[in-house]
Amino acid sequence: MRQDVFKTIKLAERMRRTILQMSFDCGQPSHLGGALSIVDILAVLYGGISNFDITGRKNRFILSKGHGVLGLLSVLHHVGKISKEKILTFQKNGSEFIAHPIANHALGIESSNGSLGQGLSYGIGIALSYLKRKNEGQVFVLMGDGECYEGSVWEASITATETKLENMTVIIDCNGYQNDGAIGDKMNARDMSKKWRGFGWHVIECDGHDHQRLYLALNHKHKNKPTAIIAKTTKGKGIKFMEDNNDWHHNRLTEKLFHEAMNEL
Amino acid sequence: MSFNLEFEFNSKEAKQWSKLGPRAMYGQFMLKMAEECESLMVLSADLGRSSGLDRFKAKYPDKYLSVGISEQNLIGIASGLAREGHKVFISSFAPFLSMRSSEQIRMNLGYMELPVNIVALGSGVSMAFLGNSHFGLEDLAVMRTIPNINISSPADCGELGKVLNDYCYNSRGPSYIRLTGAPGSPIVYENDYKYKFGIPYEINKGKNILILATGSIVGQAKIALEKLQEFGVNPSLYNIHTLRNKCEYILNLIKKYKIIVTVEEHSIIGGLASIVSEVIAQNNCRAKLFPIALPNSFGPTGEYRYLLDHHGLTGDKIFTAIKKIL
Repeated sequence: MRQDVFKTIKLAERMRRTILQMSFDCGQPSHLGGALSIVDILAVLYGGISNFDITGRKNRFILSKGHGVLGLLSVLHHVGKISKEKILTFQKNGSEFIAHPIANHALGIESSNGSLGQGLSYGIGIALSYLKRKNEGQVFVLMGDGECYEGSVWEASITATETKLENMTVIIDCNGYQNDGAIGDKMNARDMSKKWRGFGWHVIECDGHDHQRLYLALNHKHKNKPTAIIAKTTKGKGIKFMEDNNDWHHNRLTEKLFHEAMNEL
Repeated sequence: MSFNLEFEFNSKEAKQWSKLGPRAMYGQFMLKMAEECESLMVLSADLGRSSGLDRFKAKYPDKYLSVGISEQNLIGIASGLAREGHKVFISSFAPFLSMRSSEQIRMNLGYMELPVNIVALGSGVSMAFLGNSHFGLEDLAVMRTIPNINISSPADCGELGKVLNDYCYNSRGPSYIRLTGAPGSPIVYENDYKYKFGIPYEINKGKNILILATGSIVGQAKIALEKLQEFGVNPSLYNIHTLRNKCEYILNLIKKYKIIVTVEEHSIIGGLASIVSEVIAQNNCRAKLFPIALPNSFGPTGEYRYLLDHHGLTGDKIFTAIKKIL
């Protein structure tokens, strides 16, 4: 267990560096804040829970908050799915690696996203198929707290409980911010837990940067119920000048800021 | 009916199905398909009964799922199942699928090309007294602009069987199958015939005038054709059962005519009339187009037959309209 945590913390560090590198390299504004907030979740998923092979019968991961793509690309790079050369084409003209994931099953990108509130229904379809075919494996869907304003999220959340999808785990990245600023006062982490519990999910509240707790939460499977992990996170986590500063929701790194950020890690 | 790569039927079945109407035909077809297709999944958003699926639900509960009244969710779940290799058919009323969940369709069926088959019930004005909220006036227009989606608009229940069978056995990718007409709508194909995906079906080869029709209104166009023949005019009539963005087949047809009449139970914007206009304008054709379609407005409500008459879409009205342009 300690070994796992050590490994995934190292992985998260490397991911943060890669995210900064990709973002700086493209010379364009990119979604840094919401990618840095999910780094630890992804590091524990891919480094600790792992077993992601989207040919089936294995764990599956869907990045419903598509703008967290820098996090996804960096973890796929560090687990050996995408080469450095390839990810450094991020947000360059004609690249397949852009601000939102484009499905590429060979590279481990499960679905095309970017329009919020759609990943959960899609994941439910996969999870239902797993149950029908008695496939082992958990379907993980990562969403943002702001994303939960989308009505389709709650449509899907009803189906997941009605079909008793115990092989479904949703992780809500509660970083407290959306595009235009702070999340509304009925959508904070505490209220988020109440909402998912009210919809009949098994809810686990957790520090979204604590690898040991994330590992336990992500490994949990509840009989006859889907699981929602309400992960309290910090937007821009790891880079002091980005933390809880929504200017970094979508922004461009200058050379000076890039070096300043890299020196922090 | 008999299955495999070809779906065949006889005249007795054609009559039976016409009495049942397209929705019951869909339900019956799925019931038969469940025996053949291990991976079949049939989904609805609380409109299983309206989709003729009551017996299916009872007999194959493992292959059926109602997700409740949540069409956006329906598209996503169907797409996840399709991703896992299930043969997926879903149904709801035309505007709820084509418009309420059009962005889910765009992302999952269009962008990701997940092979979900959408069966749009009660399109056109066949929902009668349920009114404009339930009418499928704009669905072809919306679906046609989303890349990668096949669109089918069968002329009668026999053709619906052919269309469903074709999507079941051939990997054509995502599809939108538009059901118009009601129990008792005219039979276009009294006997078995050769259906070819994408290729207009020649009902009559005449000259000078070309009538192109789509959906159950083909039956009315056929009535108009018979009246025109009695009147001494012999126009050509084709059933455009597949409405795709690449319309080279339509171009080949219209090249030879100077007068073209389109007949459809859809808004004059974005459906068959638009497809043919685009083909004419982009290929320097000399043909003059006379569209017969629903207006771009919310019209009255009433019995189906009354509405078709009001909009000039009965055999008689189509005949009169064409006679005028001669």
